[in-house]
Amino acid sequence: MATAALSTAQLAPGQAAWRRFRRHRLALAGALIILVLVLGSAFGPYLLPFDDTYIDIMKRFAPPLSGAHILGTDELGRDVLARLMMGGRVSLSIGIVAMVIAMAVGIAVGAFAGFYGGVVGAVLMRLVDAVLCFPTIFLLLALAALTEPGLVTTTVLIAATAWMAVARVVEAQVRSLREREFAVAALAFGSSNLRIMFRELVPNAIAPIVVAATLNVAKAILLESYVSYLGYGIQPPAASWGNMLNNAQIYLTSAPWLAIAPGVAITLAVTSFNFLGDGLRDALDPRMNIP
Amino acid sequence: MARYVVNRLAQAIMLLVIVSGIGFAILHLAPGGPLSQFAVSGQMTQEDLDRVTRQLGLDRPLPIQYLDWFGRMVRGDWGKSYRDGESVLSVISSHLGATLELMATATIIAVLLGCWIGILGALRRYSLFDTLATVGAMIALSIPTFWFGLVTIYVFSVKLGWLPAGNRHTIGDGSFLDLLHHLIAPAMVLALVETAMWGRFMRSSMLEVINQDYIRTARAKGMPEWRILTVHALRNALLPMITVAGLQFPTLLGGALVAETVFTWPGMGRLFLDSIGYRDYPVVMGILMFSATMVLIGSLLADILYAVVDPRIRVG
Repeated sequence: MATAALSTAQLAPGQAAWRRFRRHRLALAGALIILVLVLGSAFGPYLLPFDDTYIDIMKRFAPPLSGAHILGTDELGRDVLARLMMGGRVSLSIGIVAMVIAMAVGIAVGAFAGFYGGVVGAVLMRLVDAVLCFPTIFLLLALAALTEPGLVTTTVLIAATAWMAVARVVEAQVRSLREREFAVAALAFGSSNLRIMFRELVPNAIAPIVVAATLNVAKAILLESYVSYLGYGIQPPAASWGNMLNNAQIYLTSAPWLAIAPGVAITLAVTSFNFLGDGLRDALDPRMNIP
Repeated sequence: MARYVVNRLAQAIMLLVIVSGIGFAILHLAPGGPLSQFAVSGQMTQEDLDRVTRQLGLDRPLPIQYLDWFGRMVRGDWGKSYRDGESVLSVISSHLGATLELMATATIIAVLLGCWIGILGALRRYSLFDTLATVGAMIALSIPTFWFGLVTIYVFSVKLGWLPAGNRHTIGDGSFLDLLHHLIAPAMVLALVETAMWGRFMRSSMLEVINQDYIRTARAKGMPEWRILTVHALRNALLPMITVAGLQFPTLLGGALVAETVFTWPGMGRLFLDSIGYRDYPVVMGILMFSATMVLIGSLLADILYAVVDPRIRVG
């Protein structure tokens, strides 16, 4: 962060970054929306008189704002808002947990490849290139079809198809940081390789890592919606934003509200995380400009 | 130049070997492995299974099996579909046309629209148009493709009745206009994400070029603005787009799968999902390997083409 401190001489790096972040209105809006979505999913269900899996066959296809059902009911008479909130718990958790796993794998692979370079680095990075050859959705669906679908498998599989981009970012950073004075100094002090990698190099690459993590959550939420929509992710009766859209196409003519609510929720969440990542990129490192 | 191409080709072949290794590993991860077809039917005894194992050579060491499998892949023997016993390659090729048609149309829309938006945004940086385009592109990248497809169907098919809600033809109507009519909606949906990507890349590429010294020089010697833009800026800003085309390929294929599902378009993506539903592993594996190979060839071609038009990167 030495360069960031130089460019704004009077401010501590953190303060300068916060100032730049505050100027990015869309990122602030994104952070706010994420907060609302998280709080709404976490506590919303306690405020509703309906259970998300309660079936009321007499009240099928109630349109939104008709009586007590604010967002209407679905084909089994379940409250759409309650399902949206419970689905939010699932979709947002998958997004965040998959990101954490993908980051752990990506950082480890990237740090080893960047630090050791040579044959180890080449082999690891070619592996990354090879996995990136498979279109993500194809790979994800093929793996999902081979396993028992569920919360854990969906999360792990999404992480398995999302770590490569992180590995690339970390590898490039570690490879260039390795030659810097502080890393050489640590080596001269007799620090172990592992210590240099994860205590010296990776923390110095934290800016691009945080940005990649944020964008990764967006990607994971999107991927969850794809696999669940196609029927290979979260299985009913549990709700996720993706599988709520599962039957929406059949009832598109008679009950379009079933398609609207979850789609808007996914778009809002993904857009917010993307804008947040954009704002963090501008704030943490003004020089970075990856389109 | 020749050295660069040979180098790049060698890299691509090495990647193909790793890609096939991953494919082989996934195949053996399948429940029951390559034998699942026989195990599922339940009509075979353990002895029968053992015999088939020996016949198919599945009792050999894995590296030998891999070499054998890889050799057959290279020679075009990709196995047979569990569903109808047709060879995997011919099943894929019979669905490829529809997918390519969809991808090509979407790409044409995306390139034209995306480059136009990107160039205009770069030239009028921070204008209202640029701001709206930037925000719009981010939202377009965040909308789930299938949901955008559903919205499109609702608006243009259900409400307005302008476009068909799916399929490639009206039954019994083989005319070109009918095909085009069916193509509009899925191509539009697939083009959304692509347009946003092309727009973003085009904008940053153009911004990079118009701040170069030679543009200032051209301006200083009094060259008319339109000539600076078309002859000097645009030509150079379009070059990196070749790489973008290569990079875009996996996203485009993935998007096609989703668009085909929503619009019941009879292409490779649709075939892939159907095959997953039937647990038709040879076809699933075939499409997986086929798409990865296409991506590999796409990025290879993009790199070589870029080296042809831009002499600066032939080094190394």
